[in-house]
Amino acid sequence: MADVILKPIGNFDLTVEAEVVTPDNFAGKTADEIGKVLVWQGPAEYPLTDFFTVEGNGGSSAEDTTIIVDGNIPRVKRIGQQMTAGKILIKGSAGMHVGSAMEGGEIIVEDDADSWVGMEMSGGSIHIKGNTKDHLGCAYRGSWKGMTGGRITVDGDAVSQVGGGLSGGEIIIGGSVKHFCGVRINGGLIAVKGNAFRTVGAEMTGGTIVIGGCIERFTPGFEMTDIESDLKFNDIECPGEYMKFTGDYAIPQKGKGTLYVSCDNNECL
Amino acid sequence: MAGTIAIKNGYVYDPLNEINGEIMDIFIKNGKVVTELSGADMKDVKEIDAKGKTVMPGGVDSHSHVAGAKVNTGRTMRPEDHYKHYQKRTPLTHSGSGYTVPSVYLGGYEYSKMGYTTVFEAAVPPMEARHTHEEMRSTPMLDMGGYLVLGNNWFLMRYLKEGDIEKAAAYVAWMMKTHKTYGIKCVNPAGVENWGWGQNVSALDQANIHFETTPEEMIKNLTELNEQLGIPMPVHLHANNLGHPGCWEITRDSLKIPKNVKAKPNTDVEWAETKKNAKRHESVYLTHCQFNAFGGTSWRDFESGVKGITDYVNSNDHVVFDSGCVPFGDATVMTGDGPAIHDLYVLTGHKWSNTDVECECGSGVLPFEYLKGNPVHSVQWAMGLESLLYVKDAWKTIMTTDSPNGGPFTKYPQVIAWLMSNKARQDTFAECHKWANDRTGLAGETREMTLNEIAMVTRANPARTIGMSYRKGTLGVGADGDVAIFNIDPKKLEVNDYESIIRGFENTAYTIKAGEVVSQMGEIVAIPEKNTFYTDIAIDADDEKNMLADVKKWFKYYTIGFDRYPTPEKYLANPTPIQVNAEK
Repeated sequence: MADVILKPIGNFDLTVEAEVVTPDNFAGKTADEIGKVLVWQGPAEYPLTDFFTVEGNGGSSAEDTTIIVDGNIPRVKRIGQQMTAGKILIKGSAGMHVGSAMEGGEIIVEDDADSWVGMEMSGGSIHIKGNTKDHLGCAYRGSWKGMTGGRITVDGDAVSQVGGGLSGGEIIIGGSVKHFCGVRINGGLIAVKGNAFRTVGAEMTGGTIVIGGCIERFTPGFEMTDIESDLKFNDIECPGEYMKFTGDYAIPQKGKGTLYVSCDNNECL
Repeated sequence: MAGTIAIKNGYVYDPLNEINGEIMDIFIKNGKVVTELSGADMKDVKEIDAKGKTVMPGGVDSHSHVAGAKVNTGRTMRPEDHYKHYQKRTPLTHSGSGYTVPSVYLGGYEYSKMGYTTVFEAAVPPMEARHTHEEMRSTPMLDMGGYLVLGNNWFLMRYLKEGDIEKAAAYVAWMMKTHKTYGIKCVNPAGVENWGWGQNVSALDQANIHFETTPEEMIKNLTELNEQLGIPMPVHLHANNLGHPGCWEITRDSLKIPKNVKAKPNTDVEWAETKKNAKRHESVYLTHCQFNAFGGTSWRDFESGVKGITDYVNSNDHVVFDSGCVPFGDATVMTGDGPAIHDLYVLTGHKWSNTDVECECGSGVLPFEYLKGNPVHSVQWAMGLESLLYVKDAWKTIMTTDSPNGGPFTKYPQVIAWLMSNKARQDTFAECHKWANDRTGLAGETREMTLNEIAMVTRANPARTIGMSYRKGTLGVGADGDVAIFNIDPKKLEVNDYESIIRGFENTAYTIKAGEVVSQMGEIVAIPEKNTFYTDIAIDADDEKNMLADVKKWFKYYTIGFDRYPTPEKYLANPTPIQVNAEK
């Protein structure tokens, strides 16, 4: 296993588009070669060494390569985009689009991540230990197809549009979410341990959403069918009692989605 | 020397001159095809060795949606169509993005790479003509023109209802000139008007609400008017009930209406030399046959109704149609048929956009994906190919995807492969839903189109149908020097290896426009001058004056002033009016 250590040295007055920072791209390259890889900042391209010091060579293949970012990079976008294997560890907070369209491998962010984490990802895993913002595992703007596979785990909170258009894979949020969680999902699983504000599962046509906390404003168009306790989806456990709803009956493809809502935290339902 | 070129030793396909794969030289001087070049010309001529290659006239698309308000709405509402499909700028070309609805620049380049040199926008709402021309002006590589949507026009419905044919004729002539458009497009006649009140019409004799006019009356009057005015192309008809199971019957009955209308195109132009009569004799040009040919009574017993239409076309000579093939994958459905889009929205639940264009027409846009596994889509795929293969005489058919309704025009090479190779069709049957096999007759059709027939359905016939064969769709002396040279050796062509057909038609070895090489092996090498064609009809001055008095009075109901209504010539790239003489 070869480690490539990138240490941020500043110069992030304009955000940097670093979709080239993936194990796939770094494999087989020396530290020198990696430093010369070009990234976009505004209208121009600059070598990676303008923004980071580079230590260590890439491994023989993507699987053998680990990229460690040693610091905060909230203004660096698209790290790990379309990666297929290997590992990226960010020892701080990350910018937008971490792991978007990712196909395999692993990304760990030790602090917060910005919006669009794992957009339309199809495989691999992303673990955000802090909070994140909007569009986690969501479809691109205007698209109907979100994440199709893999797993995203967030220990803290996410904001709006979590898993929009989800059709496969799993999203596990330790904290709370705001609006449009699981909007238009047609497959896969979203498990939120905390609260959601409103429009949970709006226009869902399939898949499963679990809300462990309170839903402030429940979406009309759902129908309660059952009460189940101690839910288990493979290795994901959701203890406690849950009301089981199907929906969203507000749209033509009727009621193939499942929404579980904690009984204890939603007594008014 | 600009526009002077010699193409040597290619296998030439020029159906209008009955040239079917003969090894010939083609000479172009000052942008036009000539019999030979003088010694002085030959000194600094650009010579292209086309040995072992296929040479055809430049492609002509007579029905595509590439410019104007609804195309732009398609772009605006589909960011997801653009972010993965883009092209960077080069020193010569603009950047661009979009797969099913590419930006204007990208659209021009991609057509050119496939050997197309002429593309007509299939629907121009009068009030959106300025916008349409702005986009056409910015589309590089292509000669263009647009069809004016008139099937639900308030003025026309009123004049025709009152039987005031003189004023109606004056109105159409004035509208063509005012909006710099080329022919008459008739979308869901009398039905779109009802859409303003959330309704439609579903039978040929059903009158619409306020004008109390029927589809039958509109088709009859418009086709008669079209010939009275001497317009170069037949009325371009998008029939009623499009996209509804069972609609093939109303389509066939619509085609019967202008059966006895005699084609009288009366253009004042110089004709290129052709062996075959290059003038049209059809009174109606049906568009996207596939969407008009649904059989069954519901989506459960949905089946192909193509045979009902092709039987009629085979036994009558006043009809020509384009196919509207469905090559699977992403599409954006856009049409002047607003109610049809609403029905699709109800069916799919997808995002959609809909507009009522004041007193003139309507339109709708919706993203779509044709899936091999979907029973209905698989039948539609087979139906598009059926429509082209069942008609024995290729001079009655035109290959389109109704881009981007059935699929983007960039899928043409794939469609050509299906037409030329039975094996390509059989292999697709194996991949798609069994309905394609059970509910259409395509599996039993063994016809394989020849390169000559492909040249007919992609260039010679579209040009002839829309009255452009005096300079397009042929390599006869006097025609425009638009040539597509494909890396296809007809002598070595093995149709079972259909991947090679797709590769061959995807990128030309050379696309030549007016004697200049403009793209080569998928790369744009020059940006040519382009022309915009429109019909300029001579009409009685008194009729025009009387009619204009009515129009001006009505303009208080429009949101724009009368002076802002016309499209000035400066909105057009090289405005090229085609003089037409109306019947006196």
